[in-house]
Amino acid sequence: MKKEEVPQDSDNLHEGTFKQIMYAVDNSGNYVQVQSAGWEPENIALDQAWEEVNERVKAARARVEAGEISPVAYYMEKNLMDLPLLASYVGKFQWQVKRHMKPGVFKKLGPKLLQRYADAFKVSLTDLLHIR
Amino acid sequence: MTNSFFQHHQTAHCESGVISNLLGHYGLQISEPMAFGIGAGIFFGHLPFVKVNGVPGTTYRIWPGAIFQRVCKRLGVRMESEKFSTPEKGMQALDKVIEAGIPVGLQSSVYYLPYFPASYRFHFNAHNLVVYGKQDGQYLVSDPVMDTATTIDPESLAQARFAKGFPAPKGKMYYPVHVPPTASFEKPIKAGIEQACHFMLKVPIPMFGVKGIRFLAKRVANYAENPGDRKATLYLGNIIRMQEEIGTGGAGFRFLYAAFLQEAAVLLKKDELSRLAGELTKTGDLWRNFAFAAGRVCKSRSADNVSYKELSQMLLECAASEDAFFRKLAQVKW
Repeated sequence: MKKEEVPQDSDNLHEGTFKQIMYAVDNSGNYVQVQSAGWEPENIALDQAWEEVNERVKAARARVEAGEISPVAYYMEKNLMDLPLLASYVGKFQWQVKRHMKPGVFKKLGPKLLQRYADAFKVSLTDLLHIR
Repeated sequence: MTNSFFQHHQTAHCESGVISNLLGHYGLQISEPMAFGIGAGIFFGHLPFVKVNGVPGTTYRIWPGAIFQRVCKRLGVRMESEKFSTPEKGMQALDKVIEAGIPVGLQSSVYYLPYFPASYRFHFNAHNLVVYGKQDGQYLVSDPVMDTATTIDPESLAQARFAKGFPAPKGKMYYPVHVPPTASFEKPIKAGIEQACHFMLKVPIPMFGVKGIRFLAKRVANYAENPGDRKATLYLGNIIRMQEEIGTGGAGFRFLYAAFLQEAAVLLKKDELSRLAGELTKTGDLWRNFAFAAGRVCKSRSADNVSYKELSQMLLECAASEDAFFRKLAQVKW
């Protein structure tokens, strides 16, 4: 990649300010550091990853509202977590966390455990119980 | 304590950047590419069984921490490294060391670093940064992938240091206790090159090294059937991100490694290395072409069988090019 070819495809993902370092060759063939504002394929890939996240959050939200799953499942998606990660944050086994995703089980959880979930998701207890 | 106390240099990759910045603080000047090369950072691996959010993992570099270990060993740097059972202990220990005026390297999660653009904050736990002081209750941070030095609040830093998941940082902090004032790079360069060639050519596992690229090519060729169109674009997207996102210096560290060879050629007075650097640059361009084509497929959200076959073909070209390159590099006579 030549120095002049270092892409500057900025988009709002980078919030307009963030620039990363690329290595590229100058006219005499020597490698130099060049700042890049982003590159189209990378932007597409990142965009797509976020779209996937947003879709999952949306679907989880609809299922919570329909009474099919508990807010634990919704906030897990919202925090980009998966089951193993969430389980290690609240210090429970995966099968236990899975149970807590059932609305019936979730309703009976004690305040201590609820607080742990709230901490893991960085939300208040009220928000944990009633998703906004 | 002022910003001039610690020299912040922006680099492409966090691990080699922290090495370069930390050792430079103690007067041992080592560039980012040099650290990356001596640490034999270049690699390839495709792991369909290790899934993150349901997407198979691809890597263009050696596992986190390896570059650091190797550079320290090869240059005779002694590091003190600690992990902690609780955030309280970890933050106390950090305060104590920076009070003594010692800049500290920290392993952290990207997800909890507020100074990153939100769109880059995923649960990635192998990020490295340097904390070099505290001012008005804020930690002074030199994050090598950031343009300038920055600050972070104690709560976010504690969360980032004690994030869960794999690999769990457990508050890992490290700082040099002995740095030789000067070091000859000659032997470390040779050792680094030998090791990189070994990892790219000789690891007897089909997912790693040049073989790994061919392995990925085979899977991409079948992406239309397995995992099917919708998921395939996510899989491709992840390959692109691992190759081009922050930290790689472009083309999955290939340009960074070429920059290392160029620097090594001058130090060791070996024109051959400089020629090989040129070859690797061309390989890097092939990788960039692949990313561009794969990005197109992602954007259109579907592809016919032909385009997956084409992408697979491009990967095979990358593999052939790297195969030839590393074979030549392995045969350089010292």
